Amino acid sequence: MPVSGEKFDVIVIGAGHAGCEAALAAARMGCSTLLLTLSLDTIAYMPCNPSVGGPAKGHVVREVDALGGEMGRNIDKTHIQMRMLNTGKGPAVYALRAQADKVLYQQEMKKALEHEPNLTLHQNMVEKLLVENGVCHGVLTRTGAKYYSKTVVLTTGTYLRGKVIIGDLAYESGPNNQQPSINLAHHLIDLGFETVRFKTGTPPRVNKNTIDTDQMEIQPGDEEPRAFSYETTEYITDQLPCWLTYTNERTHAYIRDNLHRAPMYSGVIQGQGPRYCPSIEDKIVRFADKNRHQIFLEPEGRDTLEMYVQGLSTSLPEDVQQSILRTIKGMEKAEMMRTGYAIEYDAIVPTQLWPSLETKLVENLFTAGQINGTSGYEEAAGQGIMAGINAARKVQGKEPVILSRSQAYIGVLIDDLVTKGTNEPYRLLTSRAEYRLLLRHDNADLRLTELGYEIGLIPEERYRRFVAKREAIEKEITRLRETKVKPTPEIQALLEEVGSSPLDNAIELSRLIKRPEIKYEHIARIAPPETEVAPDVAEQVEIQLKYEGYINKSLQQVEKMRKMENKRIPDWVDYDKVVGIATEAKEKLKQVRPLSLGQASRISGVNPADISILLVHIEQGGKAHAKAE
Amino acid sequence: METDTIAAISTPVGEGGIAVIRVSGDEAVPVVDRVFQGSRSLAEVDSHTVHYGHIVDPKTGKRLDEVLVTVMRAPRTFTREDVVEVSCHGGVVPVQAVLEALLSAGARLAEPGEFTKRAFLNGRIDLSQAEAVIDLIRSKTDRAARVAMQQAEGRLSRLIQKLRQDILETLAHLAVNVDYPEYDAEEMTGRLLLEKSREIEKAISQLLVTARQGRILREGIATVIIGRPNVGKSSLLNTLAHENKAIVTDIPGTTRDVIEEYVNVRGIPLRLVDTAGIRETEDIVERIGVERSHKALEQADLVLLLLNYGEPLTDDDRKLIDLARDYTTIVVVNKTDLEPKLDLDEVKRLIGDHPLITTSLKEERGLDKLEQAIADLFLGGKAQSADATYVSNVRHVHLLERAQQSVRDAIEGIETGVPLDMVEIDLKNAWQYLGEIIGDAVAEDLIDQIFSQFCLGK
Repeated sequence: MPVSGEKFDVIVIGAGHAGCEAALAAARMGCSTLLLTLSLDTIAYMPCNPSVGGPAKGHVVREVDALGGEMGRNIDKTHIQMRMLNTGKGPAVYALRAQADKVLYQQEMKKALEHEPNLTLHQNMVEKLLVENGVCHGVLTRTGAKYYSKTVVLTTGTYLRGKVIIGDLAYESGPNNQQPSINLAHHLIDLGFETVRFKTGTPPRVNKNTIDTDQMEIQPGDEEPRAFSYETTEYITDQLPCWLTYTNERTHAYIRDNLHRAPMYSGVIQGQGPRYCPSIEDKIVRFADKNRHQIFLEPEGRDTLEMYVQGLSTSLPEDVQQSILRTIKGMEKAEMMRTGYAIEYDAIVPTQLWPSLETKLVENLFTAGQINGTSGYEEAAGQGIMAGINAARKVQGKEPVILSRSQAYIGVLIDDLVTKGTNEPYRLLTSRAEYRLLLRHDNADLRLTELGYEIGLIPEERYRRFVAKREAIEKEITRLRETKVKPTPEIQALLEEVGSSPLDNAIELSRLIKRPEIKYEHIARIAPPETEVAPDVAEQVEIQLKYEGYINKSLQQVEKMRKMENKRIPDWVDYDKVVGIATEAKEKLKQVRPLSLGQASRISGVNPADISILLVHIEQGGKAHAKAE
Repeated sequence: METDTIAAISTPVGEGGIAVIRVSGDEAVPVVDRVFQGSRSLAEVDSHTVHYGHIVDPKTGKRLDEVLVTVMRAPRTFTREDVVEVSCHGGVVPVQAVLEALLSAGARLAEPGEFTKRAFLNGRIDLSQAEAVIDLIRSKTDRAARVAMQQAEGRLSRLIQKLRQDILETLAHLAVNVDYPEYDAEEMTGRLLLEKSREIEKAISQLLVTARQGRILREGIATVIIGRPNVGKSSLLNTLAHENKAIVTDIPGTTRDVIEEYVNVRGIPLRLVDTAGIRETEDIVERIGVERSHKALEQADLVLLLLNYGEPLTDDDRKLIDLARDYTTIVVVNKTDLEPKLDLDEVKRLIGDHPLITTSLKEERGLDKLEQAIADLFLGGKAQSADATYVSNVRHVHLLERAQQSVRDAIEGIETGVPLDMVEIDLKNAWQYLGEIIGDAVAEDLIDQIFSQFCLGK
């Protein structure tokens, strides 16, 4: 156990999905790191759905892995099912999703933390940050211990003034009856942070032996082995299925009859809930004409009978929940093991953060995860690794690492948060990314592993493997561009075989592969490479050449914005002194304090004319400053 | 900040015999060269030299105007970028045509004050002028904002908004398929998306057709007066011209040996075109034959057909009525001061829906009725398009064309089997271009649309 008064480089508060990544990143970058958690039994706990990944979220897991983070590796070791979603669509939106064994996931993550050199894991509740003159240099725990550090990462999840609501029952609590963090919440407000009250919820869980899966649709995992981590080489083959059933008119009628008992409508709940995660009562009210809603039953683990009832998130009273469950096909005798609930909690307004996730108000204090107004394990992990990286770099006296919107979904996520803020728990969607064709699931390593290596999170050996892969891709693309095939009878026969039209003239392989029906394997048959090309290399070659036109369109859009993104707004800019900017824009700019013109242009309420004026002001001042010096 | 190539008319519109269009940016020389026909390519000429030639339509190759082109390479230019100035004839028509050619050739229409801004940013203007630049940006933008506000209540704005909503719903549908692959929404199939995209393309095309009509309003309604000898054509022309203080422009260009007179009728610019040469000969059918008369009338936006109240209908009259029936025609029965011999009922039967006005130009009676009829036709929404939404702004036309091209790219993508989530890039572009027209392109709209359109969640 750490001794009171002990000094660390980095202290991370909270060991959820954000805190684990932050602590591991800082420790791996060579910082002595202390990770404090309310309970060692809830490390990397999944209080809601037992799954990791899906569209945009799965992309984030890949990015975390490409940067040297843990989530991908951990779920690869502990899942009970994996599926690639959207395979009927373009490669940009392929999305991997795993069903987790929740308990195993926690155990494995705890193991990773315990075995990490430089990392001290300790159970204690933090009640205060030690802040002097606007600089954070440690924490004070409930037991009175003080720990000092150069930087602090705060990842409080939904624990800050957490309040669980079931019908008219409401009590202070963290998720799943964990103890809430009350004093720290008040302390943050005392420090001057602006907070908001958000709400989220979770559905009931039922006993698998009391449901009739014969009446449901089976949802098995993919037969093909899948993995999130680029490093995974061993695959779990023994998978468990999920089950699909539907609500019906009886369910809806029962809910409507009991709406007056729903805290959302009786006024008990004040927090802003997410639109993408409405409770079942909310769905019935807002989409009254929909006569059924999907219900997925997902195992919570391999060695438990508990099933998560996805689609039935609710804060209706317990007896209503039990009755609703039993209106559903195949669940007529369902036995509820845990009651669904809504939870309200404090989050800080994320526009109070720099893009490094350091707070503007308190230097050396970083925040990540649900405290920043997001929702989701993956969003938390993505912020966690960045907060950990930047907390460590601050210790090392280095510039923060900020991912751009054209580089990673994590970049989109953080830029959205710190630039626009959010008025509901923020969830990543592929539609939030303007360059999603560049931010593919398949190329996360090509986008980020070089950076991960520079930061110090990617070990030498992994980096060498990565470089070899990258070179193999480039070499094969060059070969396909430079090799022409003639319309020989063999090739025409092969083309006919795959349902492609015959060649009129000689054509480069790089053009032939653009035909929708032509895959890399066909190209390899037509003109085999000298040495066999690995499947992951072949995949890249095919995607990069086949969709070249669209990829280039996206790259042009990035290029259009590049100068704006690179144009930094100097520290001396005083928005009150900029003549001509609209008042609303001025207020927003003063609040967000964007680092670049690109970021400024994304603030709602700041229009292109304001940006032009700001630019002129910067140039003008730049010249004045140059003269003065 | 942006260094793309911009173009704009640098002289006051509609004033002066010569107009100058300025082009600035890295691509200024190649852009102008693409539509310039001269003795040699502008890429080869020395800096700060002037060249004679023609600007041609990049699509049809048709000559648009005779011009002098001044090539000035960076840095000794106004903006310190490569600048090309095109001097063309000063009428509204040639200037717009030349500008549009340059925009099609790759230039972007400059924002208000953008040349000055670039000059400043490139260090061309000294510091004391900076505030003037800011004022310029601000005032022009305020004006643009007012215009946008007016449009916000206008029909164009409503149409664009509806179009954008259609695209947005389609995008949301695509997005929900991607972000919630297991949600039981109907899958947006290629067939469905193709259907949608074609609808959208058609709607944009229709708006672009009205762009031509908008141009009519801006450039004047080409008006042709026809009728038998001595029916009063010259009188009508002179009366309209006299009453309305005609501006007679004489453009002796290589392709324009036409006399045009602009008259302003209740705010509508009539361009009285002597296409058929009504001044020289009295009977166009006689002179150039029916087929060519049709051609002459096809150039016209408005045909004024004069009949004589004091004479019975002749075969020539019937021929003219027959001819004019297919166009936007107003039948003017003149000489009501004479003994009535014309069978008005027969005329009405022959002309069908076309308006009929009776006048006595000699006694100066009925002219106001004619003016009212013209105003009704072009302002009352009864002109050739039943939907008189006019897209009259070059910037709007240009954005519409870009939106149209994006939708066409999308259609092509779907037809060649490109995954729909990639085709979405083109549709999103179209949505953004349309948004720029009404000054509204917020990406957050899409997220809102997804959640209001679909019931999602765990």
